[in-house]
Amino acid sequence: MSGYLAIVAARFRSLLQYRAAALSGLFTQTFFGLVRIMILRAFYAASATAAAPMALPHVTGYVWLGQATLLLIPWRGDEDVTEQIRTGNVVYELTRPLDLYGLWFARALAWRTAPVMLRMLPMFVLAMLVIPIFVPEWGLAPPPSLAAFVLWLPCFAGAVLISAALTTLMSVTLMWTVSGDGVPILIASCATMFGGLVIPLPLFPDWAQPMLYALPFAGMLDLPSRLFTGDIAVANAPWILAHQLAWTIALVALGRALLRRGVRRLVVQGG
Amino acid sequence: MQIVVEDLAKTFRIAERARGLWGAMRGLVRRRSRIVSALDGVSFSLAAGELVGYIGPNGAGKSTTIKILAGILVPDRGRVEVEGRVPWKQRIEHVRRIGVVFGQRTQLWWDLPVIESLEMLRHIYKVPADAFRAQRDELIALLDLGGLLDQPVRQLSLGQRMRADLAASLVHAPSILFLDEPTIGLDALSKLAVRAFVKRLNRERGVTVILTTHDMDDIEALCERVIVIGDGTILSDGTLVDLRNRVTRERWLTIDVADGSAETVGDPDATVIRRDGERVCLAFDPEVISPAQLIQRVTSRHAVRDLFVENPPIETVIARMYER
Repeated sequence: MSGYLAIVAARFRSLLQYRAAALSGLFTQTFFGLVRIMILRAFYAASATAAAPMALPHVTGYVWLGQATLLLIPWRGDEDVTEQIRTGNVVYELTRPLDLYGLWFARALAWRTAPVMLRMLPMFVLAMLVIPIFVPEWGLAPPPSLAAFVLWLPCFAGAVLISAALTTLMSVTLMWTVSGDGVPILIASCATMFGGLVIPLPLFPDWAQPMLYALPFAGMLDLPSRLFTGDIAVANAPWILAHQLAWTIALVALGRALLRRGVRRLVVQGG
Repeated sequence: MQIVVEDLAKTFRIAERARGLWGAMRGLVRRRSRIVSALDGVSFSLAAGELVGYIGPNGAGKSTTIKILAGILVPDRGRVEVEGRVPWKQRIEHVRRIGVVFGQRTQLWWDLPVIESLEMLRHIYKVPADAFRAQRDELIALLDLGGLLDQPVRQLSLGQRMRADLAASLVHAPSILFLDEPTIGLDALSKLAVRAFVKRLNRERGVTVILTTHDMDDIEALCERVIVIGDGTILSDGTLVDLRNRVTRERWLTIDVADGSAETVGDPDATVIRRDGERVCLAFDPEVISPAQLIQRVTSRHAVRDLFVENPPIETVIARMYER
C-alpha cells in the first residue's frame, strides 16, 4: 500500500465514525430537499409555460441528487490541513517522503468523499423508494437508461476530483493568509450559487448559461445530476467528462504552482 | 563529513501593524514589514555518529537551522549538504533517510492508537514488513511502549507521547536524527528515559543526533560537542570543557558553617555570590588562588561543617556568553 493510500484509508476510517452526524445530515438534507421541491413546484405551477428549460421530474431528480451529494461542495479547506497550517504542524508533512500537493489532494479526496458516501446511499433509498410511496411525483426517478446510469458513475468520480482539487486550492491559499477564511469563503459561495445548489443552472437566464457552464462548479452537482435524470442525453456524456477533466487539470496545476511558491516563503511560527 | 553547513543565512519578513484601531485601518491600505534575520552566516560540519547539542536562547535560530537541515525551510543563501544531498532541493529523497522530532508538536495521528500511527508511517516510508517488525519490537522494548500501543494518542501523557514520537521518527531506521527540544515540558523521569534512549541510539547504532534544548542537563548528560548560537551566528563550537574554559575559568566553593559566622565569611581573592542561612557560595579563579589555598584560609577562620568545589552550572556559563 502506498503512503498516500494509507493516509486516505486512515482518514476514511476515522471519518466514517461520524455516524450520528450522517444521520442528522440525512434528516436535514431530506427536509431541505422537500422544501426546495415544494418551492420549485410552486414556480412551475405559477408560470406554467410549456417552454420551461427543464422538465419538472428532471428538476425534482436534480434536487434530490444535489441533496445526496451536497457535501461534495467545497465549503471550506481541509480541516486537518487548515489546523496544521495554523499550528505549524505542517512541518511534519514536509518531513514525509511524499509530494505535499499529492498528500493534501489525497486527504481532500477522503475528506470530501467519506461523508458523501455515508449519506448518499440512504438518501437514494429515501428519495427513490420511500418518498414516492407518500407523494409519487416528488421522488427521484431512476435514470432513463442503464447507459445513463453507467455513464453517471465516471461523471460522479469527475465531480469528486473537481471538488478535491478546489478543496486543496482552498488549503493552499491558507499559506498566504494567516487566519484567512477569505478565499475559501469566496470559493464556497461561488460553488453554492454557480454549482446549482440554490437554483438549478438551466433555470438561470439564457445569457448566463455560457458562463455558468464554463466555470468548474457546474461539474460538481449540475452536470452529473442532469445526466442521471436524463436532462442531458447519454451521447453528451463525453462532454461532461471533458469539462471535468479539463478543470481538474487546471485546478491541480494552479494549486501546485501556488503551493510551490508557498513552500518557498514558508514561515513556521512559534519555533 | 556527513553534514556540512556553510555560510547559512535565512531572513523572515514579519508583517507589522501600527497599534490601535487606526493602525489596523492603515494596515488595510499599506502593509509594513520588517526583515528579521534568523540565521546570518552559520557554518559547521558533523561527522557520522556524532551527538551534538545545539543551544541558544529563544529566537537564536536553532529551530530554523534544524528546519533547513530537515528540508522544511529554504535558506536565503549558504550551502548545506547532508550525505551529499541538498535538503530543500532533494526533499523527498532526503527525508527518507532522516528522522525528525519537534518536541512541541506531534507527528502521531491524534485519533489513532499509537500502533496504527507506526503502521501508517511504515506505509509512508515503504519499510518492508519484516524490517518494520524487527524495528518496531526493538523500539517498543527500548522505549517501554508496550502498554501504550493501543491507546489513542490524545490519551497519552506528554512523557508517553514523546516516547511514542521518538519511536515514530525511527520507524524507517534513519541514519540521522534531528531532535528539536525533545525534553520540553517533560518530568524528570521522562527526561531521563528520553536521554537514556538517545544515548543508546547514538552509541549502539551510530545514529548521528543533533539536539536542540534549553535544558542544560540534556547537554551535560548527552553531548560531547556543543554548538552555541546567538542572534543567528555561532558563538562557540567545541566540547563542554572547551566551552567552560573559553567563557570562564571560574569555580565555586560552597561551604556550610557550623558556628553561625556565615555573615562574615569572605576572602580578598574570592567573591561571595550567594549567602543562604548557614551556606555561603564563593566564586574564585583557580589561576589566582588554588582551591586548596582558599579552603585552608576559610577553614582556619570558620568552623566548617561541609564544603564542596564545583564548576558553575552550564546555564551560568552560557548566560555569561550571551552577555558578552
